[in-house]
Amino acid sequence: MFAMRVKIALAEKGITDYECREENIVVSKSPLLLQMNPVHKKIPVLIHNGKPICESLIIVEYIDEVWNHTSPLLPTDPYLKSHAKFWADFVDKKMYPVQKKIWATKEESQDETKKEFIEILKTFEKELGDKCYFGGDNIGFVDIALITYYSFFRTYEYFSGLSLEAECPQLIAWAKRCLLKDSVSSSLADMDKVLEIIIEYRKIKGIA
Amino acid sequence: MGEESSVKLHGFWASPYAMRAVLALKVKGVEFEYIEEDLFNKSELLLKYNPVHKKVPVLVHNGKPIAESLVILEYIDQVWTDPPHLLPKDPYLRSKHRFWAAFSIPLSETMMRYVVTEGEEQMNAQNELLEKMDVLEQGMKEIFPNGIPSFQEDKPGYLDIVFYSLFGTHEAAEELFGEKFLTVERYPLLVSWVNALKEVPEVQQVTLPIPKVVKTLQFIRQRHLPPKA
Repeated sequence: MFAMRVKIALAEKGITDYECREENIVVSKSPLLLQMNPVHKKIPVLIHNGKPICESLIIVEYIDEVWNHTSPLLPTDPYLKSHAKFWADFVDKKMYPVQKKIWATKEESQDETKKEFIEILKTFEKELGDKCYFGGDNIGFVDIALITYYSFFRTYEYFSGLSLEAECPQLIAWAKRCLLKDSVSSSLADMDKVLEIIIEYRKIKGIA
Repeated sequence: MGEESSVKLHGFWASPYAMRAVLALKVKGVEFEYIEEDLFNKSELLLKYNPVHKKVPVLVHNGKPIAESLVILEYIDQVWTDPPHLLPKDPYLRSKHRFWAAFSIPLSETMMRYVVTEGEEQMNAQNELLEKMDVLEQGMKEIFPNGIPSFQEDKPGYLDIVFYSLFGTHEAAEELFGEKFLTVERYPLLVSWVNALKEVPEVQQVTLPIPKVVKTLQFIRQRHLPPKA
């Protein structure tokens, strides 16, 4: 889900001439990955002119700063920029751990998690308000941070029994608007494929 | 034209995160009003300015709130553009500094876990903390390829501020738990970094006395540990 953010950012900037190396992170990580991200040993890693940049949102910001002649992903106004960074931080701080509980843990005592999850989604809806995107008229930093979780929405519904369209219609509408953009639709993983992989993952981990 | 800007910082005396914001404003020479929050009785203003997390620090600039310490540091650097600069100009170096600042998050979580646990759980947290410090010590070589600055001419920047807020009063934890963590044998670069920063006047102004930090850690620990029979 984090590598998708980088793909969207590159696509938004019109950068298509790059090599995308698929890592099999479950089975074995390549020596290059371990060399380029020795601290976390994780993807995504952007390698630009031989130099590695790690951590998806840091990479997206780097892309925005280097290719700054087109399609800004962050506002230039310091206050609006800080606002965007705050909300992107909220995505990873709050959304990530709670959504993981939905599919990575056994099904008992999910009520609290489901409640927390919906509250988080509603917080996003409130922040979005009447805007087309979190970034305003075009997708920005927060949209990129959040939309990649959309590829897991079928997975969340499957394991929680929630109907996200019923609970958060505005957020679903926002996600569908994002998907109309080529940069997003070409980067997001297929929802059904993600669900298949998660079902497999749960079997391997022995989660009922 | 010539309007005075209003800069207020909502903080808490014991919060290392609030310390970051205060130190950054002092380094930049920005005049500001400091508002002490009682975290057990949060003000209406704090809840209004940071409804999402309800936490300090919150910087309020001309009535507009900015929350999250790392976001605040970058905001300060972007608004008050005169030197000293908190972050480098080069995008690649900025990404490196942001990477290491992000590393401070799991590091501080492990520190907290060490403070509020006991027995085997605490031993595990201690080992994890020391390992993370090993990683940071290695990282220092790429953060400071020319060695630790003396800070006699250069002022502290983004990463100096972030990590000083976590390590600046390490003696307090060492005194409370009877363990020396930040040893020069294992962490020569970290030790010289912290010691160099301690000489900076602005840093001295924001550093709490060790006995006060010891009491704070004791308080936090007692709140989290299960009551003894």
